Amino acid sequence: MNLYQDHILDHYHNPRHFGFLKESTHQSEALNPTCGDKLAITLLIEDGTIKDLGFEGEGCAISLASASLLYDTLIGTKMTDACQKEPSDVLSLTGLAISPGRMKCALLSLETLKKALCAKIES
Amino acid sequence: MHKELFPFFTHYPELVYFDSAATALKPQTVVDAEVEYLTLASTNLSRGLYPLAEQTSAHADIIRKLTASFINALPEEIIFTSGTTAGLNMLALMLEESLTADDAIVVTDFEHHANYLPWKELAKRKKAEFKVLKSTDTGIISESELIQTLTDNTAIVAISALSNVTGVMQDAPRLIEAIREIVPHAVIVVDAAQYIAHKAIDVRKWDADFVTFSGHKLYGPTGVGILYGKHNFLRILKPRIYGGGMVLDACSKETTYKESPDRYEAGTQNISGIFALGAAIDFIKRIGYESLQRHDQKLQKYAEERLTDTFGNLITIIGGKDYTRRAGILSFVFTGIHPHDIATLLGEKGICVRAGEHCAKPWHRNHGYSATTRLSFGLYNSKEDIDILITALIEIVDLLKK
Repeated sequence: MNLYQDHILDHYHNPRHFGFLKESTHQSEALNPTCGDKLAITLLIEDGTIKDLGFEGEGCAISLASASLLYDTLIGTKMTDACQKEPSDVLSLTGLAISPGRMKCALLSLETLKKALCAKIES
Repeated sequence: MHKELFPFFTHYPELVYFDSAATALKPQTVVDAEVEYLTLASTNLSRGLYPLAEQTSAHADIIRKLTASFINALPEEIIFTSGTTAGLNMLALMLEESLTADDAIVVTDFEHHANYLPWKELAKRKKAEFKVLKSTDTGIISESELIQTLTDNTAIVAISALSNVTGVMQDAPRLIEAIREIVPHAVIVVDAAQYIAHKAIDVRKWDADFVTFSGHKLYGPTGVGILYGKHNFLRILKPRIYGGGMVLDACSKETTYKESPDRYEAGTQNISGIFALGAAIDFIKRIGYESLQRHDQKLQKYAEERLTDTFGNLITIIGGKDYTRRAGILSFVFTGIHPHDIATLLGEKGICVRAGEHCAKPWHRNHGYSATTRLSFGLYNSKEDIDILITALIEIVDLLKK
């Protein structure tokens, strides 16, 4: 299957919520050391709900598009629900059959999100 | 050129294969030799007294001699291994006993992890120093870097003769001579995994102590390789892999081992691979290194010209724009486009390239690249393959550029 479908290219060229928030309560960044992809996210949480978010990153089209696709679904979501997100949720958002070699690219967005939100909940 | 000799293209006639530095495709003669062993010989080495087993042993001996003469070594200096990685790891174990905490091991920053990690780990076990020679942007080690890094306590210097990232060929005899001059007593180890596919090796002229390579970069089979060692080392170094076929007296308190190479080849070897390696060396000899190099240079020149003419400032050729210094490999990066996207999209178009760090993280770290895209050429590639690549790259750049 073609990985670079129109909606992927759209989110790669025009990532939603790109750019950090001026005021945020939660932040994180994550790296994919195998290909040097980098993602960083800032979130504004009020009453346990994601009010706003913004991200920046460098990397391949798959990692940036999946970040844009995932993060675009999160505003208004409860923090606890966001933490329950699974790899399968990200993959179904992309609608792609991602090969094992590119899986880390697709899931970097989820790792970054969980690093920002879930560690704090657990601690 | 010679595409018809490779059965791969009977099955994949449309595929463009630019990944020979990972593993070269196999000519029919290599496939036949492997099958010949599996069907007609199929017996073990050195243990049977019946005619078939004796023939198998005799044929393996012939291939050892063929390999020895191929690099101008003695047969007893040729150890069959499962590949370059196994050879280097075994060598690190063999040299361990003589290394002390006062010693230093030196490698370059363009080593494949196979010629980096065994030495790094050895240094750690012995609390020895581990130092990395920094290469220039043109892919070589400068004289001043050698002089600065090779201190008197240098016990082992391990270098690749041809980087699997930059494709820049070292002037191996001169580099070895320069190292000898600065640290005359250091053991010099050369990783020739890429080099052997492009240029003849004469171990006597080189004067390296150990040289390793694999069969499968040389149009041969996977799972077999060679560790060459100077006879004066192999006479005294203790074996580090133990088992059948390498021992004279296993029962007395002090085990007595056979002479080289038997003492370093415990257990059943990859005999079908050895048969096929023989066919691969015959294949190279028939084509000839001059012809191999001429073909590669033609492709290097054409690819470099077409890439730079088409993409201008968008593309950076790793190691600089000078095809005459490269062999087999041409790596590049596009500004603003990730190498993984390029490789995946090329793959969808039936063009096989590699992207990433190519098992050479230190080079990428030192030179500021997170990843690169690598083309590597073989005898079966043609200028038409490069034209197909350029057309595909134009589409990809158009799709992904911001």
